[in-house]
Amino acid sequence: MSDPKKEWPLWEVFVRGKGGLSHRHVGSVHAADAKMAIEHARDTYTRRLEGVSLWVVPSAQITASDPGEAAALFEPAEDKVYRHPTFYSIPDHIKHI
Amino acid sequence: MYTTDLSGKNKAEAVSEDAAKVAAFEARVANDEFIEPKDWMPEAYRKTLIRQISQHAHSEIVGMLPEGNWITRAPNLRRKAILLAKVQDEGGHGLYLYAAAETLGVSRDEMTEALLSGKAKYSTIFNYPTLTWADIGAIGWLVDGAAIMNQVPLQRTSYGPYARAMVRICKEESFHQRQGYEIMMHLAQGTPEQKRMAQDAIDRWWWPSLMMFGPPDDKSPNTEQSMRWRIKRETNDELRQKFVDITVPQAHAIGLSVPDPALKWNEARGAHDFGEVDWEEFYAVVRGEGPVAKERMQARQKAWDDGAWVREAARVHAEKRASAKIAAE
Repeated sequence: MSDPKKEWPLWEVFVRGKGGLSHRHVGSVHAADAKMAIEHARDTYTRRLEGVSLWVVPSAQITASDPGEAAALFEPAEDKVYRHPTFYSIPDHIKHI
Repeated sequence: MYTTDLSGKNKAEAVSEDAAKVAAFEARVANDEFIEPKDWMPEAYRKTLIRQISQHAHSEIVGMLPEGNWITRAPNLRRKAILLAKVQDEGGHGLYLYAAAETLGVSRDEMTEALLSGKAKYSTIFNYPTLTWADIGAIGWLVDGAAIMNQVPLQRTSYGPYARAMVRICKEESFHQRQGYEIMMHLAQGTPEQKRMAQDAIDRWWWPSLMMFGPPDDKSPNTEQSMRWRIKRETNDELRQKFVDITVPQAHAIGLSVPDPALKWNEARGAHDFGEVDWEEFYAVVRGEGPVAKERMQARQKAWDDGAWVREAARVHAEKRASAKIAAE
């Protein structure tokens, strides 16, 4: 049977599409170490000029928020519409604002 | 490449699940929301997805074999470079899909073992042999064409990681289909012998391509639930009809015919009528009786066994370097 300890660890892959953009998560690869993870990420996710830079991070190192707490974490922002510029009505003749 | 769900009926899950959670889940899916890995999901949804995504991944990997067969014999350097790129893409597709399945709590090795032991299925189409160069054209055009037809709706499938993998795959499949059609086009315009070769390839690949959409709707027990869960977005027969309607004119445009005497344009329906697929053959191939089923699994087993020392050596090397680094700190 398979022994999970013997599988190469999982790495999350982030690609910078082009200069000026931030790295974006695209998927994951298995690799024995970081160098191999970069090589696998290159072969798996950038075969068609999809990027100019790669990041790989061991998946086990990622801490994620709990989807069960999404309401508690994110909903309070819903009633704070005054954080958005459109909340304020400014007469049309006032320019450059 | 794509595989339809080839397993039998979903066994009713005996696990009791929180009715409120199930209802909330069903409502989210009905509302076309995406389900993400850490979200709560019914056990049957998870299991169905693991089966479908891993079968799909296996199909991509096994699908490398029939085409890999022709890499060293491609007629020129251009075709060889294209075929190499295409086969590499299929490997990549397998990897995107394995990674998507892993987010559901199954390991890569477990999936590989399920394939090699025969427990997991893969698309029946790959158990047919590639006898001539024209088969490479027919596979790209028909098999990848059928795959695209199956996969485009899956870009909106309810499970986020699967949907995202499908978006990448669909983008790449379009190249596969066009390069295949181009091969057929050149052969069809070539010498009489080349044209015969092209016709022979479509004659052999047409029906197996129609089988790729899976059994007819009235014999597809999982379709209803999969449609409700948005794991599947169109039925087997709907997709098969679409494929026939799109592909027949493509064949005629290059002077090839489709090997179906019952094929006829039906003005009233605005669609082609076509003959019945030989379902006996389909089920035989599903059971593992395809012409080259044994060779396919032997090749995968050999690759897995021959690679064992590499996987082991890389792992031990990485562990040693990691512990040396800790010791040095």
